[in-house]
Amino acid sequence: MENRSIVSIADYRKDKIQYLLDMAREFETHPNRELLKGKVVATLFFEPSTRTRLSFETAANRLGAKVIGFSDPKATSSSKGETLKDTIKMVSSYADVIVMRHKLEGAALYASEVTNIPIINAGDGSNLHPSQTMLDLYSIYKTQGTLENLNIYMVGDLKYGRTVHSLLMSMRTYNPTFHFIAPKELEMPEEYKLYCKQNGIKYIEQQDFTEETIADADILYMTRVQRERFTDLMEYERVKDAYVLKANMLGKCKENMKILHPLPRVNEIEYDVDDSKHAYYFEQAQNGLYAREALICDVLGITLDEVRNDRTIIK
Amino acid sequence: MMVAALESGSVIDHIPTDKLFTIAQLLELENFKEEVVIANNLDSQIMTRKGLIKIAGKFFSEAEINKLAVVCPNIRLTVIKDYQVVEKRQVTLPDTLTNIVKCANPVCITNNEPMKTVFYRMDTQTLKCRYCGKEQKLKDIKLK
Ligand SMILES: [Zn+2]
Repeated sequence: MENRSIVSIADYRKDKIQYLLDMAREFETHPNRELLKGKVVATLFFEPSTRTRLSFETAANRLGAKVIGFSDPKATSSSKGETLKDTIKMVSSYADVIVMRHKLEGAALYASEVTNIPIINAGDGSNLHPSQTMLDLYSIYKTQGTLENLNIYMVGDLKYGRTVHSLLMSMRTYNPTFHFIAPKELEMPEEYKLYCKQNGIKYIEQQDFTEETIADADILYMTRVQRERFTDLMEYERVKDAYVLKANMLGKCKENMKILHPLPRVNEIEYDVDDSKHAYYFEQAQNGLYAREALICDVLGITLDEVRNDRTIIK
Repeated sequence: MMVAALESGSVIDHIPTDKLFTIAQLLELENFKEEVVIANNLDSQIMTRKGLIKIAGKFFSEAEINKLAVVCPNIRLTVIKDYQVVEKRQVTLPDTLTNIVKCANPVCITNNEPMKTVFYRMDTQTLKCRYCGKEQKLKDIKLK
């Protein structure tokens, strides 16, 4: 049987991305259905992540599925030394799909190799986080009307921020121009710059984050600059306020510009930005629900046509 | 230098002189009961100096050859049966290495589960872990 797992969407083709975006849009129109009645979705969070888990569980619940799982690895037998393989095998005999998050890189791919039921990767280490990427793409598509030819500004921690790495790779075929705005210690890693060069993706690197430098952005993608990421704490003290977005920096920005952030924020977006028409991060989080409804249905083999002709919609 | 002809077995030739003892260790030559010849700093036509190992009664499996290829690309392997050369080939790094090398990434799943590693050859100097995706230089690679 073909394994329909979603481990990474970095290599998805345009038509597949569009298909999932169209499906997410259907779920935005009608989020509540009984399409997955009788199905069991397992959420296995070997590494805690309350937001991601709640979003997936809400998606499953709104489609009528039952949810089992754990949110704290301490409560599971993996803390007693059970292998990942054994845990996945055991849960596979109960559930129709596994949503998993793990602190080790490659865990989701390995899990998908040891079971016949589909795996959805909800983040494995610093490696991949495809459902976040999908909701980012959906948010960009929804607000800009296209994914093509956009100026995407990534700000803050570009070194450890896996959401920006996943987004960068998945935008490969849409002719974006990236602006990487980060302190020296947290700049975009060489391997991703190489990826850009190899794939003909334009990018500009800068350290200044001002009203002028962001004036041409279509998307301003903010990330957290965390103290623990710095080896040099003097450097942290010097730059910590330099990558904070303030309402008075939005004077020159484009009409269509939207601010995204994977949340939770700490202080990198000031609260006065929330009232701006450019602020989009809360809607973005909500889009995560529709994107995840689409991912769960896709791995279970439910097609876009079936979603469009669905008679189980709850109005 | 005189070395008796091999009736049956394998000859590993064109070993860089600084790799000879790594290879000897890797092959666990101390465990072989039949004749083993280890020679170093021999004159070579294509290298300035080379090492060579002859092992009587030994025929390498594909997995063992792949291991040799990781430690030492470009060595030459000759297989002899009844004093005849039955196979002579340049050992090359295969496209996929299964369970031969260890991932250098401590937070890779392969270092934390009882499982096989899989590496892909990116170019002659670089391998990439199937699981964590990290590229690793051949010269830094550790065997599993
Ligand atoms: Zn690895």
